[in-house]
Amino acid sequence: MARAKRATPSAGRVPGHPRRGKRWYGHGLPYLKLGPLPGHLIVIEGTDGVGRSTQIELLRSWLEVEGYAVSNTGWARSPLLSDTINEAMAGHELNVLTFSLLYAADFADRLEHQIIPALRAGFVVIADRYMYTVFARNTVMGADPAWTRQVFGVAFVPDLVLYLDVDVEHLVPRVLAGKGMDYWESGMHLALGSDIFDSFERYQRRLLDEYDRLADEFGFLRVDARRGIDDIQGDLRTHIAEYLARARSAPPAAQGPGVPGLPASESG
Amino acid sequence: MTRRRQRVLVDPHPYPGRLIAVEGIDGSGKSTQLVLLERWLTARGYRVHFTEWNSSPLVRRSMRRGKKKDLLTPTTFSLLHAVDFADRLTYKIMPPLKAGMIVLADRYVFTAFGRDVARGVHPEWVRGLYTFAPRPDLTLYFRVPIEVSLDRLLGGRAKLKYHEAGMDLGLASNPADSFRLFQSRVLAIYDELTAEFGMQVIDATGDIMSQQKIVRRMARTMLHGYDGPRERRNGDGAS
Repeated sequence: MARAKRATPSAGRVPGHPRRGKRWYGHGLPYLKLGPLPGHLIVIEGTDGVGRSTQIELLRSWLEVEGYAVSNTGWARSPLLSDTINEAMAGHELNVLTFSLLYAADFADRLEHQIIPALRAGFVVIADRYMYTVFARNTVMGADPAWTRQVFGVAFVPDLVLYLDVDVEHLVPRVLAGKGMDYWESGMHLALGSDIFDSFERYQRRLLDEYDRLADEFGFLRVDARRGIDDIQGDLRTHIAEYLARARSAPPAAQGPGVPGLPASESG
Repeated sequence: MTRRRQRVLVDPHPYPGRLIAVEGIDGSGKSTQLVLLERWLTARGYRVHFTEWNSSPLVRRSMRRGKKKDLLTPTTFSLLHAVDFADRLTYKIMPPLKAGMIVLADRYVFTAFGRDVARGVHPEWVRGLYTFAPRPDLTLYFRVPIEVSLDRLLGGRAKLKYHEAGMDLGLASNPADSFRLFQSRVLAIYDELTAEFGMQVIDATGDIMSQQKIVRRMARTMLHGYDGPRERRNGDGAS
């Protein structure tokens, strides 16, 4: 399909360009009256085992010391869906369609009940992964990329995406030292081979290639995650501090985003 | 974004089986008609598989919890139904279609296009969720005025269901009033969908047997040239 090649509009933001109004990635949520959203949505992306949660914990304490109220959010943590997702993953009964839609439902639940209220209240929201992880996984699993992107049309474009960039060679020892290789993160569902180590290497290599493409397309800020925890944390803080300084100098938009394709009066 | 109509359910599916869907608001009598159609098809020896909207065990718990605690928003409501559909498509719809059997669907993606849009999600977004759905070979839309469906529902059971009445939208505090307001929106959208997707409209105010005659005639026409697996039955094997 020719259509599948075309990215959904409003793709990446230009790093370094201050923009205080939140934008929907696609069609958004037409029934919501948003009003001003003075908070900040910062996404930490990166593959499994790269050290996202460690870094996010450190960022949180740092930001709170700096005086920012922080709210964390991450995949499969919505009260509505976390049990369903965990059970379905344990039972290996998901395919790329149900997998993506369940994650989208989990995301939408957190967006409406957690992220938007926090942004409204002026929090810094740190998201442990965002729709880009689903984009990367789905492409590796062979789904139509245009479909995946449409599904996440309800999302905001984040203010800042920091990508923990790693290679398989550095990833393997970290995963083995941590919780080990699991079924899904090793791509065993793709039946790339019966050996979990080989499958992990192949799957993660494909995934990292895909993240790399997405990083260019959506303007992620790359942080070299092959280094030690402190070096990575230092770079993350530098990027976030720069973003927050820019954001302080740009006045927040008075209105939330409008909804493309609907008259302005309906989108509040 | 350019307002370009997406190609959803435009091309006929390539599988040897046949897919028949029924649509209509609650109380339109569509499920009754589908059961009678199933009896007829089975009696003629056809191999029939039946699937119902919102019946997959995958999301049952989330759906129940969401409804009970009123956690569902129009978007999560819509996405959970899409998960349900995708799961049933994988396990209940595609295998029999590929095996050449007849699949009967009590509600199909048009239910989402109607109800979810009436709840406020973007019409293009919800169509985009279902681009993977095969186009039914026959979609029957049972059109009924609000008051008729309301009478049928209230006659059969004491209470209207919360979401069926659109109570989650806060349109009215009285369930019957809310039902009227919400289902009127759904009806108006269905009317647009019949043209967009070539649904066959059946006047669902008529008596059950005459409606079923029309249903069977349409099914027979659609099945012309269909050569699926069929069991020989005593006496009624001829078409």
